[in-house]
Amino acid sequence: MKFNLKVWRQKNANTPGKLVDYSIDNVNADMSFLEMIDILNDNLVRKGEEPIAFDHDCREGICGMCSMYINGRAHGPHHAATTCQLYMRTFNDGDTIYVEPWRSKAFPIIKDLVTDRNAFDRIIASGGFVSVNTGQAQDANNLPVNKDDAEKAMDAAACIGCGACVAACPNSSAMLFVSAKISQLALLPQGQPERDRRAMSMVSQMDEEGFGNCTNIGACEAECPKEIKLTNIARMNRDYFAASFGSQETVSTGEGH
Amino acid sequence: MNWFTKILTSSLGKKFVMALTGLFLISFLVIHCTINAMIFFNDGGATFTHWGHFMGTNTIIRTLEIGLIIGFLLHIYEGLLLWKQNRDARPVKYSYVKHPEKSKWYSRSMGLLGTLILLFLIMHTAHFWIPNRTHQFVEGEELPLYQMMLDIFQNPLIVVLYLLGCFSLFWHLLHGFRSSFQSLGLNHVKYNKTITFVGTAFSIVVPFIFAMMPISIYFKWIQ
Repeated sequence: MKFNLKVWRQKNANTPGKLVDYSIDNVNADMSFLEMIDILNDNLVRKGEEPIAFDHDCREGICGMCSMYINGRAHGPHHAATTCQLYMRTFNDGDTIYVEPWRSKAFPIIKDLVTDRNAFDRIIASGGFVSVNTGQAQDANNLPVNKDDAEKAMDAAACIGCGACVAACPNSSAMLFVSAKISQLALLPQGQPERDRRAMSMVSQMDEEGFGNCTNIGACEAECPKEIKLTNIARMNRDYFAASFGSQETVSTGEGH
Repeated sequence: MNWFTKILTSSLGKKFVMALTGLFLISFLVIHCTINAMIFFNDGGATFTHWGHFMGTNTIIRTLEIGLIIGFLLHIYEGLLLWKQNRDARPVKYSYVKHPEKSKWYSRSMGLLGTLILLFLIMHTAHFWIPNRTHQFVEGEELPLYQMMLDIFQNPLIVVLYLLGCFSLFWHLLHGFRSSFQSLGLNHVKYNKTITFVGTAFSIVVPFIFAMMPISIYFKWIQ
């Protein structure tokens, strides 16, 4: 297969970038999108040009590193899949494909398609600790969990933190990510002792990072490779209001660090 | 910042204020639409004027009107703030965006629709509310609102502008009604269908009744 690519090239955060045209031939239809970029980079290196920088790691859809905005969609046209799970057979021979990085003020570009997603790590860190009993692990039956809640917590925990929600959101909001991380603990008994403080700290940190505000459009849910649901955002709203208005907790700005 | 202002100025607090003021303005629409629909009795404005007089002169209603103005201003202020912050959150735009099916154009255009409604409101209050209240303040008595409606809606351009206002309101409500419940955290498997149904019905019925007022007057269905 043959493709025309328009790839965002940017030297570093301080230099403005632009779309650069590349063409690639002899692409195997069963190659993943990342493998296609590997071949393209190989060609570029042979020609003595700078290869395209892009994030990748596990290449099996679980690490959340790959992060390309392909043909106007986060992780490309597939539903519930990451860029590494996108195969070239999805496209037609001769297609022009746009490849851009996640675009958000909170995800500054490091180089080309690589963005700095440390904002997510700082939000996680602001969530703080979860208190557990030390010593021998207790019998699992000592801690009954409603089956439905366990399922919902597991579904929320499926979030790989790739940032597709931010990339897909017209407002660059991170609420799907943050709500999944708040929900996975809020739904379980182990998450209860710090539940109020966690919701307040993580929301406060999210706001500090410069993400946009959620306006309930739903693009995040549609583009999430792990199908995280908007119900998590509603749960986060409930938890945040309950914690802010109802609990004795106060969180000052920047305390999450 | 004390704890209260910190909550209200947070990203979630802004949603909270937006949702509460939105629902409050929705409750205003119910009253406004009900009173105005009295013109459909076609009794020369007798019923409408009776209730219009009550709404315009009753002390409790007039006091609540201050709350209504505050509600409007808060909703508009938060809307503009959201628009600015969300635009700033993506300094470099994508060169190519393909919106998923679930992401509706009217959900993405709440700022634009809100601005259209605001422009409509400026025209609308300049037609009725501002001159009437001014007259009440200066002369101590109300203007003949029913007769003013009959006169103003003889102009086809104004009728079209009012219809555009109703149309903007329809799209704005179609997202806003349901969205306010999600913002308040009221996303519940047992109630979601009801919220969506009531929201859609409300978004159609209220702007439709409003739209029928200038139309009925222009076509002389109401004298």
